[in-house]
Amino acid sequence: MRSPSPLLTVAGLRTEFATREGVLPAVADLSFNLARGEVLGLVGESGSGKSVTGFSILGLIDPPGRIAAGSIVFDGMELVGAAPEALRRLRGKRIAMIFQDPMMTLNPVLSIETQMVETVLAHEDTTHEAARQRAVEALGRVGIAAAAERLAQYPHQFSGGMRQRVAIAIALLHKPDLIIADEPTTALDVTVQGQILYEMQKLVRESGTALIWITHDLAVVAGLAERIAVMYAGRIVETGDASEILDAPCHPYTRGLLDSVPAATHPGERLRQIRGTTPSVLRLGPGCAFRERCDRAVGECAVMPPLVEHDGRAVRCVRPLELVQ
Amino acid sequence: MSAIVAAAPAVETPWQRFRRQFAESRLALLGLALLVVVIAIALFAPWIAPQNPYDLAKLDLLDARLPPGAQAADGMTYWLGTDGQGRDMLSAILYGLRVSLYVGVASGVIALTLGAVIGVLAAYLGGRFEQIIMRIVDIQLGFPAILVALILLAVLGKGVDKIIIALVTVQWAYYARTARSAAVVERSKEYIEAARALGLSAWRIVLRHLLPNALPPLIVVGTVQVAHAIALEATLSFLGLGLPPTEPSLGLLIANGYEVLMSGKYWISVYPGVALLVTILAINLVGDQLRDVLNPRLSR
Repeated sequence: MRSPSPLLTVAGLRTEFATREGVLPAVADLSFNLARGEVLGLVGESGSGKSVTGFSILGLIDPPGRIAAGSIVFDGMELVGAAPEALRRLRGKRIAMIFQDPMMTLNPVLSIETQMVETVLAHEDTTHEAARQRAVEALGRVGIAAAAERLAQYPHQFSGGMRQRVAIAIALLHKPDLIIADEPTTALDVTVQGQILYEMQKLVRESGTALIWITHDLAVVAGLAERIAVMYAGRIVETGDASEILDAPCHPYTRGLLDSVPAATHPGERLRQIRGTTPSVLRLGPGCAFRERCDRAVGECAVMPPLVEHDGRAVRCVRPLELVQ
Repeated sequence: MSAIVAAAPAVETPWQRFRRQFAESRLALLGLALLVVVIAIALFAPWIAPQNPYDLAKLDLLDARLPPGAQAADGMTYWLGTDGQGRDMLSAILYGLRVSLYVGVASGVIALTLGAVIGVLAAYLGGRFEQIIMRIVDIQLGFPAILVALILLAVLGKGVDKIIIALVTVQWAYYARTARSAAVVERSKEYIEAARALGLSAWRIVLRHLLPNALPPLIVVGTVQVAHAIALEATLSFLGLGLPPTEPSLGLLIANGYEVLMSGKYWISVYPGVALLVTILAINLVGDQLRDVLNPRLSR
């Protein structure tokens, strides 16, 4: 079904930020594969390293941050330590990114036409008119009516949902192999969120684009992703088939996340939450990052457990919930 | 579909809003009107002026220091009197305005371009480059402008190009500092990150994305600095270090008359002074209103 060699292989990735208080490992020991056309949901709380993972793949980690270890192989090409110009050619062309806040990702002083045309011309040697035509088609594909007229307008003349459609259209301009979507529906109304999700799913299927959907919202990822990787404090704690994880989470943290969704409780019942707060990655000890907040923590948790794989499912826990046989 | 398209153009464009807000102050409109008149006078001086003050053959030393309204031998009226060389003051002021405005605007445009590019680049690249550039700016701004300009002109000599070099040297740092601080704010915004994620080149991001967004504060600083440049040029010319006497600017005209200021022959210094004052006032009025309109924090 899928081509044997994965589109993207991340192995042992470690991305650090040098801060005044010391080196902060935002992402550590991160490994995953992504096949062509596959949709991966990267789930975690704020500060769990989801976005940093996305930026690492794009080669957009700026000092004081750096990729300290690991490798990122995209379609046979090693991206860690690649020349900036080689990475630039890849960005927007073969790997595109969609950001969280559509109010902020479009340049307020440039028309939509300018921003779309320059994206086409950044990677292809074509005429302005041809680039413009491509932009009109791309806007039509994401469901923007009267695309040719709207092209001349500025971002402030678009609603939030419309802007996100424009951002998606820009990401799709070069028919990339991989789109990294960093919480693209978080800032939108629920109804608009649904539309965008539906359209993204359709577009990704039609074009065979692989998608990494970064989110903190398990409900969003449930209907979209085939596979889920749950991150906590910079590490993947559980990964596997989306429906399996949502039905029967193995890691106590995933369980906690699922329980925190208010729909899981009955009205009048006390809302469940994970006790404590996300720890600062700076002050983490050597052991499992979640042990301070975990009800099942035991003495062995003081040593960082490895990510144990079984039947395509992997858990980083010494006492997983459902015993992986 | 048509509803979406029809709704959008009803929104006021940024340019329309800018014009409406600018026109809210009558003083600013007065300043703008004055500025337009001053610029028109400077542009059309050769056609308006009754006499060509650069043509030494036209000057009659016998007409020296005539009071305003006096008649020349050939029947011409010196409306603002004449100076020590028998030059018609009105003509000299019109031509002087031309020189002053040219020097001010030219040095302003060059300094703005230079400073803006350096400042925005410093903000975009960051790191050591930014540190070095901004320390140079600090050092530059630590010296009194007039002192630096005096030393430079003492070395370079007189001339329009020389004084423009001196003024640019003195003023680029203001633009660089403003451009950097505006660009640092813009740089952290997501659309810059998005532009990088789209694979745009660094130059394109700096010139097309950062610079236009950092421009409003630069325009404000620019108007104020052009007024400063004109005043500084007048000061330098007054001190005898700016422009050669063959191309008198307003400052030089004021200098020509200041020895006889107290002996009743006030017009040689006072009228060029008034012209200088009106010019700088007009620019500052426009600049103040620009600042109010372009600064979102002051918006009502």
